[in-house]
Amino acid sequence: MTEDEFAAYESLSEEAEDHRWAFGTGFTDPLEGIDASVPDGVDAAALTAYCLALGDDALIYSHRLQQWMTRMPELEEETALANIALDLLGQARMLLARAGQAEGRGRREDDLAFFRDEHEFRSVRLAEHTDADFAQLAGRLLVFSAWRLALFGRLAASADPVLAAIAAKGANELAYHRDYAAQWVIRLGDGTALSHDKMAAALGVIWPLTDELFQADPVAARLPGVAADPAELRAEVDAVLDAVLGAATLDRPQGTPLARVGGKSGRDGVHTEPFGYLLAELQSVARAHPDATW
Amino acid sequence: MEELQVRSAWPLYEVFLRGKRGLNHVHVGSLHAADAQMALRHARDLYTRRNEGVSIWVVAAADITASSPDEKDPFFAPSGDKVYRHPTFYQLPDDIPHM
Repeated sequence: MTEDEFAAYESLSEEAEDHRWAFGTGFTDPLEGIDASVPDGVDAAALTAYCLALGDDALIYSHRLQQWMTRMPELEEETALANIALDLLGQARMLLARAGQAEGRGRREDDLAFFRDEHEFRSVRLAEHTDADFAQLAGRLLVFSAWRLALFGRLAASADPVLAAIAAKGANELAYHRDYAAQWVIRLGDGTALSHDKMAAALGVIWPLTDELFQADPVAARLPGVAADPAELRAEVDAVLDAVLGAATLDRPQGTPLARVGGKSGRDGVHTEPFGYLLAELQSVARAHPDATW
Repeated sequence: MEELQVRSAWPLYEVFLRGKRGLNHVHVGSLHAADAQMALRHARDLYTRRNEGVSIWVVAAADITASSPDEKDPFFAPSGDKVYRHPTFYQLPDDIPHM
C-alpha cells in the first residue's frame, strides 16, 4: 500500500473498545473482570468437565487448522482459514479459563491447554482428524461448525451466565465458519466431475466421525438448564447438512460410525493415533519453557 | 491487467469499504477470487479483521474503466488555472453556520 492508501484505510478503523487482541497486548485472563462464581445449584465439577470438553474441541480443531497455514491454495483462503483458527482459539481460551474458574484449584487456561496429557483431553475425535486434502478440510469444517453452532445457539440460554456469554459471542463466529465451509462444499460438489468426486470421497472419510457428536453425554446430563443434550442437536444439524449437500449435488454418506474403544471415545479421553502427534506439537514450546511469557 | 492475472488463476477484484462513521465507500485494496460472492467473503476476511467496515463492495478490476496516466495532462492540467471554479469569491455573512 502507498501511504495515501494506507491513510484512507486507517481512517476507517474505529478506536476499538476491546483491546484484547489474540497476541501482543499482554493480557493474561480472557475472562478478566467477569464474575467467576458458579451459580447456586450448578454442579461445579460437571461444569468444569463440560467447559473443558467444549474448550478442547476448539483448541484441538484450531491447531489442526493452523497446520494448514502456508499450505493453502490461495493467499486469500489462507487468511480466511487463519481467521477461523483464531476464532476457535479465542473460544478455547475462554472456555478453558471458565473450566479453571469452576474447578477452583487455581489452574489457568495455559495449565489446562499445555500441561494435560492425551487421556485428559475430552475433545471429540472429529476435531483431531488430519485433513488429507482441501475437500476434507471443507467437509469437516462444515460438519463441525454446523454442529457447534447448533450447540452454542442453545448454550446462549445457559443457566451459567459466563457459558451463555461465551456461546453468544461464539455463535456469530461459527455462523461465518459454517457459511465459509458450506460455500466451498457446494462449489466443489457442484463443480467439475473431478471436484465432485473428491468432495464425495472426503465426506465418506468424515462421516464416520459425526455420530460421536450426538451421543449421550453423562456430563451434560448432570447439568440441566446449563448444558445441551447432544441428541437434541441432530435434527437441526441434519437439516443444515441436507440443505448444503442438496445444493452441492452430493449424497449423504452411509458410513459406519467410528468404533468406540472399550465403550469409550473422545469425550472419555480416548483418541485416535494422530492426536498424540498433534498434542506434542501444540505443547512443545510451553513444556520446553514452562515459565516463559509471550 | 494481463500481467496481474498471471499471478493467480482467479481474477482480480477491487474492494471498497464503508466504515461505521463513513458516508461513502473507500477503496482499500484488491484480492483474487473465483467470483463476486467469493470476493465478498475474501474481502471480509482480508479487510475487515479489525472492525473497519459495515459495508463492502467488490468490483471486478477488469470492469473498471480508468483514466490513463498518459492522458494526465490533457485531462487534469486545464483545470489548474481556473480559479473561478472554486467558490472562494463570495462574501459569507457572519450568521451562516457550518461553512
